[in-house]
Amino acid sequence: MKKSVILGALTVAGLAAGAAAAGTLDDVKARGKLNCGVTTGLVGFAAPDANGNWDGFDVGVCRAVAAAVLGDPNAVEFVPTTGKTRFTALASGEIDMLARNTTWTFSRDVDLKFEFVGVNYYDGQGFMIPKELGVSSAKELDGATVCIQTGTTTELNLADFFRANNISYEPVPIETNAEAQQQFLAGACDVYTTDASGLAATRATFENPGDYAVLPEIISKEPLGPLVRHGDNEWGDVVRWTLNALIASEELGVTSANLEEMAKGTSNPEINRMMGTEGSLGEMLGLDADWAKRAIAAGGNYGELFAKNIGEETPVGLARGLNAQWKNGGLLYSPPFR
Amino acid sequence: MTILTDPPKESFRLSMLIYDTRYRSLTFQAITAAVLALCIWYLGNNLIQNLRAAGLNIAFDFLGDPSGYDINQRLVEYDSQSTHARAALVGLLNTVLVAFLACVTATVFGVIAGVLRLSNNWLVSKLMAAYVEIFRNIPVLIWIIIIFTIMTAVLPGPRAFRGDDPASSMLFGSFAFTNRGIYTPMPWFESGFFASASLNWLVVLAGLVVSWIVSRRITAWATAKQEATGVRPKTMLPVLAVWLVPFLVLMLVMGLTWEIPALKGFNFQGGIKIGGPLIALWFALSIYTGAFIAENVRAGIQAISKGQTEAAAALGLRPRRVMNLVVLPQALRVIIPPLISQYLNITKNSSLAIAVGYADITATLGGITLNQTGRAIESVLLLMLFYLTASLLISFGMNLYNASVKLKER
Amino acid sequence: MSDQTSTSVAFVAKDTIPPSPPPGRETGIVKWLRENLFSNIPNSILTIVSLYVIFIVLKNTMPWIVNGVWTTSSLSQCREVLNGETGACFSVLTERWNQLLYGFKYPVDQYWRPNLALLLMIVAAAPVLFFDLPRKLLLFTAVYPFLAYWLIWGGSVYVPLIALLGFVAATVVFQTFGKGSFAIGFFGAIVAAFVVWMVGGALIPETASENALLSPVPSRDLGGFMLNLMLGATCVSLSLPIGIVLALGRQSDMPLIKWVCVIFIEFVRGVPLITLLFVASVMLSYFFPPESSVDLFLRVVIMITMFASAYIAEVIRGGLAALPKGQYEAADSIGLAYPQAMRLIILPQALKISIPGIVNVAVGLFKDTTLVSVISMFDLVGMIRGPILASTEWNGVYWELLGFAALLFFIVCYGISQYSQWLERRLATDHR
Repeated sequence: MKKSVILGALTVAGLAAGAAAAGTLDDVKARGKLNCGVTTGLVGFAAPDANGNWDGFDVGVCRAVAAAVLGDPNAVEFVPTTGKTRFTALASGEIDMLARNTTWTFSRDVDLKFEFVGVNYYDGQGFMIPKELGVSSAKELDGATVCIQTGTTTELNLADFFRANNISYEPVPIETNAEAQQQFLAGACDVYTTDASGLAATRATFENPGDYAVLPEIISKEPLGPLVRHGDNEWGDVVRWTLNALIASEELGVTSANLEEMAKGTSNPEINRMMGTEGSLGEMLGLDADWAKRAIAAGGNYGELFAKNIGEETPVGLARGLNAQWKNGGLLYSPPFR
Repeated sequence: MTILTDPPKESFRLSMLIYDTRYRSLTFQAITAAVLALCIWYLGNNLIQNLRAAGLNIAFDFLGDPSGYDINQRLVEYDSQSTHARAALVGLLNTVLVAFLACVTATVFGVIAGVLRLSNNWLVSKLMAAYVEIFRNIPVLIWIIIIFTIMTAVLPGPRAFRGDDPASSMLFGSFAFTNRGIYTPMPWFESGFFASASLNWLVVLAGLVVSWIVSRRITAWATAKQEATGVRPKTMLPVLAVWLVPFLVLMLVMGLTWEIPALKGFNFQGGIKIGGPLIALWFALSIYTGAFIAENVRAGIQAISKGQTEAAAALGLRPRRVMNLVVLPQALRVIIPPLISQYLNITKNSSLAIAVGYADITATLGGITLNQTGRAIESVLLLMLFYLTASLLISFGMNLYNASVKLKER
Repeated sequence: MSDQTSTSVAFVAKDTIPPSPPPGRETGIVKWLRENLFSNIPNSILTIVSLYVIFIVLKNTMPWIVNGVWTTSSLSQCREVLNGETGACFSVLTERWNQLLYGFKYPVDQYWRPNLALLLMIVAAAPVLFFDLPRKLLLFTAVYPFLAYWLIWGGSVYVPLIALLGFVAATVVFQTFGKGSFAIGFFGAIVAAFVVWMVGGALIPETASENALLSPVPSRDLGGFMLNLMLGATCVSLSLPIGIVLALGRQSDMPLIKWVCVIFIEFVRGVPLITLLFVASVMLSYFFPPESSVDLFLRVVIMITMFASAYIAEVIRGGLAALPKGQYEAADSIGLAYPQAMRLIILPQALKISIPGIVNVAVGLFKDTTLVSVISMFDLVGMIRGPILASTEWNGVYWELLGFAALLFFIVCYGISQYSQWLERRLATDHR
């Protein structure tokens, strides 16, 4: 602390926010704010509205973590990051966690020294085309001009896909989703490729979404999830189990509507353990007993978050698909709260 | 003659380190060295600690790994299996290409605008003043985005060229202006001397070099003749012939034909494609820097005192020769140094390519490679090294030029 | 006699002929047109071409501007109102006005703070820009940075206050001891400032920022055109003193100092600003102590200041070189020490010559602040390219937004360059 005071005076600003070396969890608690890295704007996942309030599926995860740790879902500082800045922002400690539809890959996990705490959206890379082109399969895209967001895994998948199918294409690298949209709508590229969820979210903002189609091919696995720095396992556990609490609560039928009731105690011991009426899971995490209750209260359980932000009722209109609970044939499977 | 006595020998005192000019500079340099060493140690130590904490290291071997991504504009062979170093090279060449093109056109724009701004036509000079002020006072990034938006949002897509009654059609049936770029016919040789196209072009280049040497000879001969007899022989026709005849003969012999772009599949195929991002960057840089060059040109011409022009006229020189022999050589001395620093600016501003997706070195090495490998420190260091070398080379050239045109004062 | 004349001469003018007006083609507007627009054939062609260009530009933009819609809340509504006619949707400007100017996170009820800071900046800059104003105003200029910091970031008033006190202490120490020996005064001043900052820093109560008069605003929440203005103003004013030191260092005859300055200046001038911003965004945090995190705004300020100071150093070096050698020799001959000679004789003249150049660097730097949008900071261009164009309502409104950004920058930069020309004219009188 002493050091930060001196440094603060030195920089004549106190802009240098001092942070103790103890651990991210203590930092966040001391700061009273969670710094959460999100995209610069992708409707449904994370986008600021006209008043500057962030909203979306990834944002929901940040808010849940903030609620669990700090008791206030609004105690989040959203840090917009591009594909380029996101990893440095996390590595340098500028943000505490990154919830920016980031694909879990080997090299990011091992080489870049990050820890993916789970998957909040199982995705795959798809292609969007204007219907008037009359293309029905990605294999017919020989010679097409393709818009891609740089700095993402989609760029590499794309090269692999076209190479494997021995067809040619012309990449148009683009920094942000907004620009990709602009280029695609203007016809500067024939195809826009990114995660299928991103395609749906982008298409939702078009004036005539019906004029555009998403091709059936999904050319990659894109498990998207929140990540934290390698080596800070306490903090990693908090984020991981907050995410798991959101998933498990859907499985167990805990929603924001019946939350209060459930928190009073139920006949299901797992719910009771999660809600903190039984056992001491919160304490083990370094939080208080009703951390999970607050996390769910922040924006509802996983299913509610999904439905509210990107579900079929919303303009983004994504089906649950792979992201259904395992009982319904999806991949969402939270380890038990025990 | 006075006798100089040695001053009394002073013994060294500590205060002399500050008060005695002989030692003071040493003191200050020692302090600087200490502070500098401390800073370097501090920063280096932090770096090492941070890297160790993050489990990272500094290594450049990622440059040898396959890059895994494609680049749409490449001057050398490249595909997604090439290495990151190769990708950086592609980017480097693209930077050089756009910088070179922009330097040429910016000079043309600048000279035209600068000269017209001094025109006695009120409307034209005011129009040029407006051009200069508008382009100088708005950030180049905004210009790049505006021109890129014009490229993508105003020009038609290739789809508009399709069908029996297309919404757009090709200019002269051979130039297509689309929002992906401009397609122009490409010349090639039906019966070239060599199988490889580039070797054939080398032959053409060699022919041009020969023409240049011969025309230099003719001019030198004319000057010698003028100095001997006072009459300059007319050289225009021979020079023209020396340039044109060999060129045309070569073209005829090798069978010059034009490959015309045609709409096939999603895009135009064949011909030369100048990509939209390249055009946007090229045009934005040239028109922005052109405004600065216009000011330099104007200042250069205005710096030549009227007496020079009048003196030349009094000697009986014609206006064109006044310009060529008296005004321009002097004005150039004023114009060239700022001009070269504008070239330097173009090279550096070309790094804004990243805003329009042009694959220059900032976009490949400092963009995609950096993102995909996470090697931020290494990539940024290499990037800075490249720009630094480029700038140093250009300023070296500038210094050579400055030395050669410096007024020889005696 | 009279008869004779009357018969032999048909007409005698009785009075002088009034001067007839010059022929129509040599007067008034016609003459002006002939001389300025149609003096010869090439000129006439140029004039006609120019008129045509102007006509084309106006024809394409005027209906667009005149038909502009100012009151809708989304692009589709705007298109409905326009009903197929050409027209601009300026309503994006009115609806997103606050975002464009202040970014999307600065608290709305606190907008008066940056506004006030901007207003005071004009007051603070006035005595520097216009020499005729009373010199006493400079005192306000000195206090202004701390006041502005407090206004914009809010939080505890102690932080800027102690920073200011440190500088005051340094000045006092320098005035007291600097007369005897510059070096003692100089180093004493540095020590004094540090002592004040350290003691003061320890004295600030931990809770000061919570119950502060102005609620604290993190620098991440700054955005829009305000961010451009702040980056520009902060970096130019920080880089001035650094630039002077670098310029003097480059002229120094101490080889070590000279070479350090040369390498620094040439290095920074040799790389594009964007790579320096990459350094700020992806590299610089590795160079700070592991347990501290310096926020992006400060890192960007550090890099842009470095960048600007190298350019300003070169401008000032030009000013130093332009001074006649006699000035240096005269200062030496009356026995002034180096710091005195610099402070009293050389720098006042050299700075005066370099002011137009410094203003040019400042304008260039201000324009370059738009580059921060590339490293995902939401300045004016970043706001336009990011949140506004990505939003469902305004997806596809380019010209209105880009035109607005261009206009804002044009007004500020053109204003400053006009000032610089005025200054050049004023300074031109007393030096040759």
